[in-house]
Amino acid sequence: MKDTDIKRLLYTHLLCIFSIILSVFIPSFFLENFSILETHLTWLCICSGFVTAINLVLYLVVKPNASSKRSSLSHKVTRFLKCCIYFLMSCFTFHIVFVLYGAPLIELVLETFLFAVILSTFTTIPCLCLLGPNLKAWLRVFSRNGVTSIWENSLQITTISSFAGAWLGALPIPLDWERPWQVWPISCTLGATFGYVAGLVTSPLWIYWNRKQLTYKNN
Amino acid sequence: MRLGSGTFAACCVAIEVLGVAVFLRGFFPAPVRSSARTEHRAEPPVPEPSAGSSSNWTKLPPPLFSKVVIVLIDALRDDFVFGSKGVKFMPYTTYLVEKGASHSFVAEAKPPTVTMPRIKALMTGSLPGFVDVVRNLNSPALLEDNVIGQAKAAGKRIFFYGDETWIKLFPKHFIEYDGTTSFFVSDYTEVDNNVTRHLDKVLKRGDWDMLILHYLGLDHIGHVSGPHSPLIGRKLSEMDSVLMRIHTALLSKERETLLPNLLVLCGDHGMSETGSHGASSTEEVNTPLILISSAFERKPGDMRHPKRVQQTDLAATLAIGLGLPIPKDSVGSLIFPVVEGKPMREQLRFLHLNTVQLSKLLQENVPSYEKDPGFEQFKVSEKMHGNWIKLYLEENNSEVLFNLGTKVLRQYLIALKTLSLSLSTQVAQYDIYSMMVGTAVVLEVLTLLLLSIPQALRRKAELDVPLSSPVFSLFFYLMFLVLSAIHIIVCTSAESSCYFCGLPWLAACGVMALISALLCAIMSVLTKMFVRGSLPSKNPAHPNSGWSELDLLMVFGTVGHVLSLGASSFVEEEHQTWYFLVNTLCLALSQEIYRSYFLRDDGEPQCCFHVEQGFAGAIPALQDRTGCDTREQDRVHMSSSLSEVLRGCEKWMVLASPWLILACCRLLRSLNQTGVQWAHRPDLGHWLTSSDHKAELSVLAALSLLVTFTLVQRGCSPVSKAALALGLLGVYCYRAAIGNVLFPWQQDNRDISKGIIEARFVYVFILGILFTGTKDLLKSQVIAADFKIKTVGLWEIYSGLVLLAALLFRPHNLPVLAFSLLIQTVMTKFIWKPLRHDAAEITVMHYWFGQAFFYFQGNSNNIATVDISAGFVGLDTYVEIPAMFLTAFGTYAGPVLWASHLVHFLSSEASSGSALRHACFCYALIGSIPVSAYIILVTSLRYHLFIWSVFSPKLLYEGMRLLVTAAVCAFCTAMDQTSRTKA
Repeated sequence: MKDTDIKRLLYTHLLCIFSIILSVFIPSFFLENFSILETHLTWLCICSGFVTAINLVLYLVVKPNASSKRSSLSHKVTRFLKCCIYFLMSCFTFHIVFVLYGAPLIELVLETFLFAVILSTFTTIPCLCLLGPNLKAWLRVFSRNGVTSIWENSLQITTISSFAGAWLGALPIPLDWERPWQVWPISCTLGATFGYVAGLVTSPLWIYWNRKQLTYKNN
Repeated sequence: MRLGSGTFAACCVAIEVLGVAVFLRGFFPAPVRSSARTEHRAEPPVPEPSAGSSSNWTKLPPPLFSKVVIVLIDALRDDFVFGSKGVKFMPYTTYLVEKGASHSFVAEAKPPTVTMPRIKALMTGSLPGFVDVVRNLNSPALLEDNVIGQAKAAGKRIFFYGDETWIKLFPKHFIEYDGTTSFFVSDYTEVDNNVTRHLDKVLKRGDWDMLILHYLGLDHIGHVSGPHSPLIGRKLSEMDSVLMRIHTALLSKERETLLPNLLVLCGDHGMSETGSHGASSTEEVNTPLILISSAFERKPGDMRHPKRVQQTDLAATLAIGLGLPIPKDSVGSLIFPVVEGKPMREQLRFLHLNTVQLSKLLQENVPSYEKDPGFEQFKVSEKMHGNWIKLYLEENNSEVLFNLGTKVLRQYLIALKTLSLSLSTQVAQYDIYSMMVGTAVVLEVLTLLLLSIPQALRRKAELDVPLSSPVFSLFFYLMFLVLSAIHIIVCTSAESSCYFCGLPWLAACGVMALISALLCAIMSVLTKMFVRGSLPSKNPAHPNSGWSELDLLMVFGTVGHVLSLGASSFVEEEHQTWYFLVNTLCLALSQEIYRSYFLRDDGEPQCCFHVEQGFAGAIPALQDRTGCDTREQDRVHMSSSLSEVLRGCEKWMVLASPWLILACCRLLRSLNQTGVQWAHRPDLGHWLTSSDHKAELSVLAALSLLVTFTLVQRGCSPVSKAALALGLLGVYCYRAAIGNVLFPWQQDNRDISKGIIEARFVYVFILGILFTGTKDLLKSQVIAADFKIKTVGLWEIYSGLVLLAALLFRPHNLPVLAFSLLIQTVMTKFIWKPLRHDAAEITVMHYWFGQAFFYFQGNSNNIATVDISAGFVGLDTYVEIPAMFLTAFGTYAGPVLWASHLVHFLSSEASSGSALRHACFCYALIGSIPVSAYIILVTSLRYHLFIWSVFSPKLLYEGMRLLVTAAVCAFCTAMDQTSRTKA
């Protein structure tokens, strides 16, 4: 493992964070009355779009898993379609999980679904970019001692921190402060976003800190 | 001395219960009382003050009214009369309020807004302590000085019709009475007709001085269908017509007598947006108070915004209106508009009597009363009053007298207000010393439990309890002496009353000895740990000591829950915390399952997927081996046979089971909306209980009972199987008899009975099943046969408890029972057995699910949600001990059922002999952590705004929960003892 790898990782992560910051400020130039809290759904869509775009670009430019063989165009198309299906599946799965956690079943369906979309953006899309539509590889990455590169390691960290952020974001909802951000699902989406950003920041640092101890099977 | 960790834990919890009891006694203060409480000797009234010459007016002033009618409508909220509902449904009352000779007020009720404390407040003028709520069921005779008692002593004839709580509070006070019971909440016509039917006769006769009517119907409607139900309007119109009848009758009677009559319309408490009461929201505390009498001036004008008074003010006002001495414990002040029409001298006299009574009460309850602003005001006004009397007796100019009189009057009113306020704040005085003693005991026990975790959870599950080490016995005597000295110093110097000092000295010494013994035990455990820690690298106790995600979740969940108790919103919405934790637990379990299932082929170290089948023969052979070894052995053994064992439907069930449990939890969550913020949301429970959906409710109840039977019967012996079937049938018959559910052949509403016979029929089977279970357990102990008998015995006890719960649960809660059994079955079969969780993990899961089911039942941390009707099932009249037991069991059925399932599951597994001891220890630990933390939190938050409405009820719930935990631990230990004597 080289320091250059870690540096590349850091830069890509900084780009991701930058895209989230942009999604907060750019729309206010084009849209009237845009603010994260009041037009939350618009922001969710925009943020999700930005993060997806930057992830795809980074995937095409950086190519972290360079070992993948050349394949035909049809193979690529099916792979892409599979990825889309996986993404949609993950959105619906998250939606179901939220409802099971107590989100209203009928009211606020759009809000709940967009929360599912943004959480999928933070978690599923990096997985799809890095690992492809391969469930076994996913399970491997997310089990103990299963990572094989710093990219997978950082993926593990960002995904877990996004989930943890969304999970912690639900905690202030019962408090009686009556703040606008306590409304479902704003605190959760904000929590997920903060978790994702925190994961992006910490994972290169953590990997750099532990670079001596980290040994990967395939390296 | 060596003790099993289960026994040790049970002892610890028992001591903790004692500590919590002492703490609770100190925390819930005794209400403000006059010292001359017991003697009802009439003191001579205070003479009128006068400077110089003595006044000739030493007697009590004569009554202002000849007859008084009090119409108390339970749960009458202020906007039912003064709001749009009042205008629409109570035209006559609105007319009286706006144009008639009346005074209307919004009377503020202090929490707890429950009927009995409110009646006490209305009639004694005192603020009942919080503990009175708990005694609400009991309602012993009121010993304090009160208006009814004074009126009876003065020879007034009092008639009463309505809620029988009054008859219990004032036995032998009423010349004529008819009590109605508030037991059948679904009945809201009969209760009120039983009151109204007496009206005509009584009003015609007129041989009474005081008539009290307490209507319960409105409260019942509120409980069943909330404040926006169409039934409310009809009930309000009915009440309006009752009021009109009484008022016209009083007016016609008035011509014969000299004095005017008084009609009082009031509510005891309000009604929250969900229709319940007990807490302190604005809707619950604001009640209307309307005084109607021809003595009052008619003053047309806008009366949409009535003045605010305290509910306690009514007692003083009534006493003065009837010419009686003001009750000694009253903290209320005279409602001044009532006496406004009287001559100045009388007005001043009334105010003087009231302030003297209040200042006396202040003197008896506050040591430094002379510095109290209220008392100073009182002294000033008394002096001014004296001067005024002197002028008056000298027959001075009337205009000067009047101007001076108004000044005195204003001064008196200020004094009254300040006195009343400073007395009300007196209620919140804590007995800090008792609280400290209780906290010390609880914390020491918790520390001991925490310190002994490593020892107790070892394979042998035994630990040394150091009691006789000589060094520490010296330390013990020193500690004991110091503590006794502190006790004596505190008790001799304390100016306020203290419960712990009031104990006999032997008991106090016992507690002190207990505290010092516990401290010694902690010290010795600590020293032992340090000594052992200094030894070079002892052998690793746990070869695989890494914590799994599940363990981490459990630790963080417990810590997070404890921390969340510091915020009032989280206490109100504690059910959300538990649902959240249980859901997360399910997701963590599903993650574990998926990982161990999908990574199985790769030969990863995580693979630890086991299935019990084809393996049962190996159990006895493995039995004597220790837990960790067994695991390793199993793993090697199983990896070859896994693929053939796990097949088909079984595999899919394992994969789907966490999701099934999650779906069940989601359904249950929407059954009963509880808490505060979202309690008004529509839920399935309300939909089912509304009278239009009786058929659906019946089908659901029958289905749930059927599911319950199929899930419970599999472990029973044939005899108890039959008993269970008949018992569950009896439950349905009972619910049909009291009118909750329907039989298919019965279309219309039959007459409602109390269902005594049906309920007793079920009790017989419950006792039978429990008896068979106990018999089996004893047999297994005596004969030392295979443990199958013991497992069956435990299952029978469990099924007896299930049957009892089925009887006590309201019909719409029966799905909770069915789902609880379903989840237990699914988790046993597809999660705990295949994944081989250890006893500690299984215990924590049982505890969490037990907590979640406590809230699924519709409970909350509010006293109002306790289903009291469970205490009356199968009982003719209120019998205290069974009623309390049944109510407690009905409330804590969820946790108790999960705990008994835990005991059965662990003793049926028998893979490791110490599982039950580990479980008992873990249960004690996880049960006592929240209590201890909460006691400290409450002590530090004791001046919080919500201490009475939010934190105190939760404290009572925590205390009760600890009692349940103690019972579970005792049962667990007993089971463990039987298995050990056998072996």
